[in-house]
Amino acid sequence: MSNVPSSSAVVAARAPETSSASRTVALVGPPNSGKSTLFNRLTGLRQKVANYPGVTVEKRLGRTSLQGQDVLLVDLPGVYSLEPRTEDEQVTHDLLRGRMDDVPKPDAVVLIVDVTNLGRQLTLAGPILSLGLPTLVVLNMADDLKRRGGTVDVDALAEQVGTPVALVSARTGEGLSAVGEFLQGALGVPRPVELPIISNVPSCRQWSAEVGKRARYRNPLPSIWTRRLDGVFLHPVAGPLIFVMVVLAVFQTIFQAAVPLMDGVETMIAVSGGWLQSALPESWFRSLLIEGVWGGVGSVVVFLPQILLLFIFIGVLEDSGYMARAALIADRTMAKVGLEGKSFIPLISAYACAIPAILSTRTIANQRDRMATILVAPFMTCSARLPVYTLVIAAFIPEEPVYARTATMIGLYLLGFVAAVLTAAVLKSSVLKSARTPFMLEMPSYRMPTLRSIGLRLLDRAKIFLRRAGTVIMATTIVLWFLASVPLQNGEPPEIAESVAGTIGRTMEPVIEPLGFNWRIGIGIITSLAAREVIVGTLGTIYGMEADEGSLELQSALQSDLTLPGAIALLIYFAFAMQCMSTVAVVRRETGGWKWAILQFAYMTALGYVCAFAAYQILS
Amino acid sequence: MTRNIPATLAELREGEEACLDRIDLPEPEARRLMELGFLPGTRIAAARSSPFGDPRVYRVDGSEVALRRETAARLMVRESPEIRGE
Ligand SMILES: Nc1nc2c(ncn2[C@@H]2O[C@H](COP(=O)(O)OP(=O)(O)O)[C@@H](O)[C@H]2O)c(=O)[nH]1
Ligand SMILES: [Mg+2]
Repeated sequence: MSNVPSSSAVVAARAPETSSASRTVALVGPPNSGKSTLFNRLTGLRQKVANYPGVTVEKRLGRTSLQGQDVLLVDLPGVYSLEPRTEDEQVTHDLLRGRMDDVPKPDAVVLIVDVTNLGRQLTLAGPILSLGLPTLVVLNMADDLKRRGGTVDVDALAEQVGTPVALVSARTGEGLSAVGEFLQGALGVPRPVELPIISNVPSCRQWSAEVGKRARYRNPLPSIWTRRLDGVFLHPVAGPLIFVMVVLAVFQTIFQAAVPLMDGVETMIAVSGGWLQSALPESWFRSLLIEGVWGGVGSVVVFLPQILLLFIFIGVLEDSGYMARAALIADRTMAKVGLEGKSFIPLISAYACAIPAILSTRTIANQRDRMATILVAPFMTCSARLPVYTLVIAAFIPEEPVYARTATMIGLYLLGFVAAVLTAAVLKSSVLKSARTPFMLEMPSYRMPTLRSIGLRLLDRAKIFLRRAGTVIMATTIVLWFLASVPLQNGEPPEIAESVAGTIGRTMEPVIEPLGFNWRIGIGIITSLAAREVIVGTLGTIYGMEADEGSLELQSALQSDLTLPGAIALLIYFAFAMQCMSTVAVVRRETGGWKWAILQFAYMTALGYVCAFAAYQILS
Repeated sequence: MTRNIPATLAELREGEEACLDRIDLPEPEARRLMELGFLPGTRIAAARSSPFGDPRVYRVDGSEVALRRETAARLMVRESPEIRGE
């Protein structure tokens, strides 16, 4: 699913919105220090927050109004210094220097550091203060500092750095009033203090140690939970075992627990459809509404509960800090295929959607590694494949033995992963060969995922899903409905097979017949080029138009269209083929041209075709 | 138990620590390592490794950073390791 910024956000590209604010303030800090959390607090927006470095890869603008004073806040990718090494860091660098076309040079800077490790985090303070902009130093995670018994003298620290300092917790909201006061107050440049040689890391570190000492900073105790949990999750035996068990449990839940919820949604759609059917007079508009919208969009919306369940799991993974450990565990595999371990994080996030995953490759320093990661990310099983997989599996794989369906689903996820890894291996040993870049990944402390943050993610996800259902999916099903209703024969809609849509499907039938697909599936494959789950809506519409009473019995209709080998071929085709135009567009943008986007599209589709062909021919 | 003084970070076993002497890597990488806390003169402790033995997590300057063995082998350490009780 595409990760469209929420509509309330000021998207960076829209320049006019930026001009009316009276001042621009940049949020800067090391990765994972809580910049996005603070940004969300202050603007009421929902910039993605997660507990691992490299989540924010683009600037994001938001405004906050304080007693009539309009302030434009800019959330930025985390940096360790002002010497950019990756594309996301370059953004922060350019913005601070006023080298952005669409955002003015900031009038002030808020430097956010994780106060539980003040010494190292303040290494960045020297370079930032040397910019000479009005600066507020925010010591974030005050709650954590207190809990683990650390202390700091805020006033003494402000004295040392020559600029205001605030001790806050962006998570609980504690101490935020000081930030508000700074944002609306008279901005004074920092009082000159002795600064380190900013291009020299040891000098910056020494300076920050000195400052910390004068501010009577006492280090908090190490987080015992982090050590204990790592003892389990990175244990040679227990670690992988737990991982496998969690994965099994998740897929089982997606199948079992989602069923009553999905049935509920399905009933609601069926009941409201039946109600419309009886309330409206018979007309072409009624059929469009019932067969196109209810049948098409409705059959996709049914999968909402399942997708939300998946996102609860992804949310817990991301918010807890397990993601960084997963990258660590996977690094050996990544190293074997010649990628750096950091590539694993975009690959895991591609389980949600390839688009944010492709954006997050900006944190990969090695350009060739980054390219390889972009090219293989769409093989990972994104959530848009879930409705397709579930529908086909539920229709063709028996419920007994208990794990048959779960095993098929896991098999499909593995298939995508294997395709990604093998493709990466080929790319990295040929066209994208490069020297290896050292892998350095900071391991965040584990944090308890909060109900609030998981809840907000689900809300956002539901919005994105429904918006997509209401736009892309609705549009394709309406177009399809029309194409399936013309040309009129004696003033009546034709048999679908005779319609324009049917003709298109039947024309391509010879090409897909060797895969075990008929013309109806063919239409679905074409419409779902827009987005994978559209095939579900398309079949919903076609079957709805064919059945007299517009029934939503998708599964049994599908059983009459496909044989078991054909169903497996369809699953394999969807595992590999690039059925997503938004991904193609993002790949084009991120790789700077059509070349790679087209190659990737052709390769994935060809692979899907060949493997589906092989599967069908062998099985039948 | 006696053992040769380890010359690089890669030779530290879990729970051992040593003092970083120098980083034998090209400038951009060395710099990034320094920004992550790997400054000459800093004490570094080897913590857990991935279940497959590589990469390993190192405790350095209040945070934990994972490095591959090939990278750790380019970080020279001095003085004998002390075994720390975990
Ligand atoms: N305990 C605690 N955790 C926080 C606080 N602020 C942020 N976090 C957590 O720190 C992690 C990183 O936050 P994020 O805003 O994504 O950091 P960014 O990389 O600087 O944008 C997330 O897991 C947040 O929930 C805080 O004040 N206290
Ligand atoms: Mg962020």
